[in-house]
Amino acid sequence: MPDPAGHFGPFGGRYVAETLMSALIELEKAYRAAWRDRAFHRELDGLLENYAGRPTPLYFAERLTKKAGGARIHIKREDLAHTGSHKINNTLGQGLLARRMGKRRVIAETGAGQHGVATATVCARMGIPCEIYMGEEDVRRQSHNVFRMRLLGARVNPVTSGSRTLKDAMNEALRDWVTNVRTTYYLIGSTAGPHPYPEMVRDFQSVIGREALRQFRKAEGKLPTAVVACVGGGSNAMGIFTSFLRYPRVRLYGVEAGGLGLSSGKHGATLSRGKVGVLHGSKSFLLQDSDGQILEAHSISAGLDYPGVGPEHAWLKETGRAKYHSVTDAQALAGFSLLSRYEGIQPALESSHAVAFAYRLAKTMRPSETVLVNLSGRGDKDMGILMEMQEGARDGD
Amino acid sequence: MTAIDAAFRRLRSSGEKGLVVYLTAGDPTPAASLRYLRAAADAGADLIEVGVPFSDPTADGPMIEAASRRALSSGMNVAGALELVRSFRGTHATPIVLFGYYNPFYRYGWPFLCEDAREAGVDGFLVVDLPFEERGEVLPAIRKAGLDWIPLAAPTSGMERVLAVDREGSGFLYLISVTGVTGVRKALPPEVAAWTRKVAKATRLPVAVGFGISSPAMAAAATRFADAAVVGSACVKIVERNGRGPRGPAELSRFVRSLKKALR
Repeated sequence: MPDPAGHFGPFGGRYVAETLMSALIELEKAYRAAWRDRAFHRELDGLLENYAGRPTPLYFAERLTKKAGGARIHIKREDLAHTGSHKINNTLGQGLLARRMGKRRVIAETGAGQHGVATATVCARMGIPCEIYMGEEDVRRQSHNVFRMRLLGARVNPVTSGSRTLKDAMNEALRDWVTNVRTTYYLIGSTAGPHPYPEMVRDFQSVIGREALRQFRKAEGKLPTAVVACVGGGSNAMGIFTSFLRYPRVRLYGVEAGGLGLSSGKHGATLSRGKVGVLHGSKSFLLQDSDGQILEAHSISAGLDYPGVGPEHAWLKETGRAKYHSVTDAQALAGFSLLSRYEGIQPALESSHAVAFAYRLAKTMRPSETVLVNLSGRGDKDMGILMEMQEGARDGD
Repeated sequence: MTAIDAAFRRLRSSGEKGLVVYLTAGDPTPAASLRYLRAAADAGADLIEVGVPFSDPTADGPMIEAASRRALSSGMNVAGALELVRSFRGTHATPIVLFGYYNPFYRYGWPFLCEDAREAGVDGFLVVDLPFEERGEVLPAIRKAGLDWIPLAAPTSGMERVLAVDREGSGFLYLISVTGVTGVRKALPPEVAAWTRKVAKATRLPVAVGFGISSPAMAAAATRFADAAVVGSACVKIVERNGRGPRGPAELSRFVRSLKKALR
């Protein structure tokens, strides 16, 4: 748990413009009150079950396990949740909170578009107007999700500043919030941002780990040897890690975007290669130059293309409780193919990073050991990019 | 008594209102930026905020964001901004507040930064994304160097927070006029006057009102109950239009003179 001001060790906190401070304090109060309220949980649990399709299954990947020839691989199927990723868990929670707080408008930032779609979905369900900020580069890469958001009635605002990706979308959402703070709810999709977002988003996502722990025990009669999840801002990873933190023997692995390779400088491996700093309201590891200017991240997956990371991950890294590794674009694509061909499951490119690492890890482990992978989303949204890659490969022949 | 205290004391005793000018360091180049700073001081700016550019200025509107980009591409950084202040100090005594975002300052390292800043001739710090609650690791270093920490208050702050920052801050209180980002506005909402009056009555520090003020008339109106007006984006706009051109500093000078005239 963070301290009362939202610090995880030296990380986290609230580094925002004064104009937002009272809104963050109000949000924290409303969140704490909601979390204590049985009626709130009843409504949220009902929606998670009947609307989002929870619990999501835990699936034993038999053929992938056989191919790896090592540890038994289990997959937590967040890709089967409504809207196609784990993002719905958090947007349902925060959507109910926004309504409870009487906010008349919701804004959000999105990278891959999964959080944008999940936000637009919940806003449609609640009848609250919503606007989504999305980097122009991501609008191009994830056009399928942009179309979905618009069909759901959301306004998508392409952001043309900076690297035109998730970081810039978040800048623009913060500018909107500071302007419309009295009426607007800012629905952050990751375990990043100022306190209480990292804690609140983790809490709403922790349903993943609670289910997985129960399901895994039922399937294997024991705890997993290792838990693997991809990390951009870090919400799906915190969602599954949280329930396992109290079992020190369970090894936790976060997988960052290695992009074109860590030595190329074009990656999103914030925890592996970043330095401590402050961006978007909290202190954590950041990709930055020696002057403290934020560097552009690079990843084939828009959802991991972010130069920051949630403060609790920074703390888990510092304390050594979780280990962070990276997987390159090419390895992630191989992970995608592997799961497609061997299990008939097409993961999102973000989740493909976790699959690639889990497969590599399982190979080095004994058959008596187990790996639990969080498959945070499905790959439908990435078909455009995958087609481009294949065409590119053909052109290169 | 710091140079900023002295400046506000002098303003009060002469019965005039203060003018705080904001310019981004290194916009569009370090040398041109020095000429603009000198022009603003010569034309009567009582205090200058020198902005250290940041790649992700989330509290700024398009005007200052563009200035930050120009400054960054001219190679500006914290050390460069200190160098700029040092050069300015060779000719001018106008108090200088280093204005910026937390990360570049943090990267430089607060204890070193405060010492180097004092040595360069900086009088105070204003860190946009450092609220009262996170001051712990910064304020002791600023105090130790004998510099001022300029606190911010917003329309959303509420009196309790305003009084808390007023107790901890020094130099002056920067009162944000409207909820929003920096930028030129045609008018300020009518409730600004009442809010300013309430804050100025309750606080110990002199109050400077900023955000959106872009003309002499607006500056005069904003300072009806406050001690000073901050004009940023409207000055940066002149820099944007003229760049390194020879007429830029003269145009800024005319604008600053017109602002100051409205405050006497």
